[in-house]
Amino acid sequence: MMHLRSATAGNPAALMAEFDTADRLLEVARAAHAAGYAAEAYAPFSIEGLAEALGVERSRIAPITFVAALAGGVLGYLMQWYSAVIDRPLNVGGRPLHSWPMFIPVAFELAVLCGALAALLAFIASAGLPRLRHPLFEVPAFTRATRDRFFLVLFVDDLAAARRWFQDWSPLALHEVPR
Amino acid sequence: MSSVLEGRWGYASIGDKIGAAVLQHPLGWRWLLAVIATSFGVLGFLTAIGYLFGKGVGIWGVNMPVAWGFAIANCVWWIGIGHAGTFISAVLLLLRQKWRTSINRFAEAMTLFAASMAGLFPLLHLGRPWDVYWLLPYPDSMGLWPQWRSPLIWDFFAIATYLTVSLLFWYVGLIPDLATLRDRAAKPLTRFAFALFALGWRGEARQWARHGQAYLLLAGLATPLVVSVHSVVSLDFAIGNTPGFHSTIFPPYFVAGALFSGFAMVITLAVPLRSAFGLHELITERHLENAAKVLLATGALVAYGYGAEAFMAFYGGDRYEIALQVNRWTGPYAAVYWSMIVCNVLLPQAMWWRRVRRSALLLFALSLVINLGMWMERVLIVLSSLHRDYLPSAWRVFVPTTWDWLFLVGSIATFAWLFLLFVRVLPLVSIAEMRELVHERAEGRA
Repeated sequence: MMHLRSATAGNPAALMAEFDTADRLLEVARAAHAAGYAAEAYAPFSIEGLAEALGVERSRIAPITFVAALAGGVLGYLMQWYSAVIDRPLNVGGRPLHSWPMFIPVAFELAVLCGALAALLAFIASAGLPRLRHPLFEVPAFTRATRDRFFLVLFVDDLAAARRWFQDWSPLALHEVPR
Repeated sequence: MSSVLEGRWGYASIGDKIGAAVLQHPLGWRWLLAVIATSFGVLGFLTAIGYLFGKGVGIWGVNMPVAWGFAIANCVWWIGIGHAGTFISAVLLLLRQKWRTSINRFAEAMTLFAASMAGLFPLLHLGRPWDVYWLLPYPDSMGLWPQWRSPLIWDFFAIATYLTVSLLFWYVGLIPDLATLRDRAAKPLTRFAFALFALGWRGEARQWARHGQAYLLLAGLATPLVVSVHSVVSLDFAIGNTPGFHSTIFPPYFVAGALFSGFAMVITLAVPLRSAFGLHELITERHLENAAKVLLATGALVAYGYGAEAFMAFYGGDRYEIALQVNRWTGPYAAVYWSMIVCNVLLPQAMWWRRVRRSALLLFALSLVINLGMWMERVLIVLSSLHRDYLPSAWRVFVPTTWDWLFLVGSIATFAWLFLLFVRVLPLVSIAEMRELVHERAEGRA
């Protein structure tokens, strides 16, 4: 969400080019990035190297997940220790109150649970979801972005220049994205 | 060796093929008939649950010393079945096994529904199911906490985590496919529903990158669950000082059994699915053959578990363990034991023959046999270990009541009912991942 806003903020217009192969999209994306355009690519499946070609920065999903899993495990362990040793000590068959091996399973499960929830939230936030309305959805041809077409959008000041730039790549069609 | 994707497919055609099962409803009345048939089972299950809540667990055949009956055996059986879905979706993803692609989605659905059935049974067995929240650590007026040293509490956390993580994993994988269906759906209400759950997915390069990262991370988190959940379930038994329960081999033995029964269920579902929806080019002989090989391997581990249990009983020299082992072979449950050996050890050896591994019909039959055999194993672990207490005066043979059977059949019907709803409203094969396969073969233009 943020990135599209920031990418479009300075650029009043957006031009979308349609291609029919993934390799073509990858090629054009690399060229657009090299030419210094603010560009975004859209494809019906994950294309290896596409995000790198556009210079998309690495996300923090992995470290967030790691920290959340660690926190879940540590806090889960501390909760059990606090309840069994401090808050409500219970003598069960003469076992030590701080019977740490018995606290591992729940701490482990909570680590996995917190890690998974954090991974989901970090993914949703960093992918700019949920966003049900978007200017791109106003372009009728864009429904094929989830089917068999590959799109590259340039955010530009000058539509005519972008059209000229796209001519070298012979797209199937060019669409203006309504503002 | 046949391929993991046969026929000539393009990005559009493969999406339309998979999407058609949802958007065009090709089965029509046959699907409706199946739903109605299983609905009777669901109603029966609900009725049984209502009666159970009114009367208590005495409607089952459980009584001391057999305090755990079918309910616990069913729970262990169902949770085991779920494991294959997680194994396929998480472990095979990390190992980059391409044959997971066309079976992971419905296998994950199987996991969700099987784990839901599993989660129900301990709650039904509580006696006072309305107090189920006592399992949670919450600030209660009595100042009490859950007993952290009890495997039953671990079990609650393990199954709850498993259900949640499986659901998240499944949903994250579904998002791009939901967007595909959103853009294909003709009816406004259908489109709205898919749009809502697709969260506005655009297929942006950045979204795909984040999606891939999150999916891998969830796979990494789900992978230890494949091993840990059924290990914790096995500790419900192994921690208890009961002959037949108290065994160090239980965690790996349970996990192997879980994958064994789970892959059997994957075949049980895959064979009818591919012929009902004509998915023979997507779910190919290669998939069935690989699943059969996994069955052979995990079946060998299960057989080793049976052998190790028997060996350790005699090698350990504990008279109660020996008596229990002999009782399993010759006692009141001997017929169940030997049927189990036939179903889980003898008959699956037929899969050494390639002709069997490649025959959908034979595999389907074998998978039913293994499902049955694994259910008998769970029943045997619970019943035969409990029915002979240390004192002969406390011996008692468990005889299941009609209600016991109704809960088993009802849970199977409910599982089938949920699965039927799933194939009607969601794509049963991952469209986006199949497109990657198409892309790898060639730039598809069909």
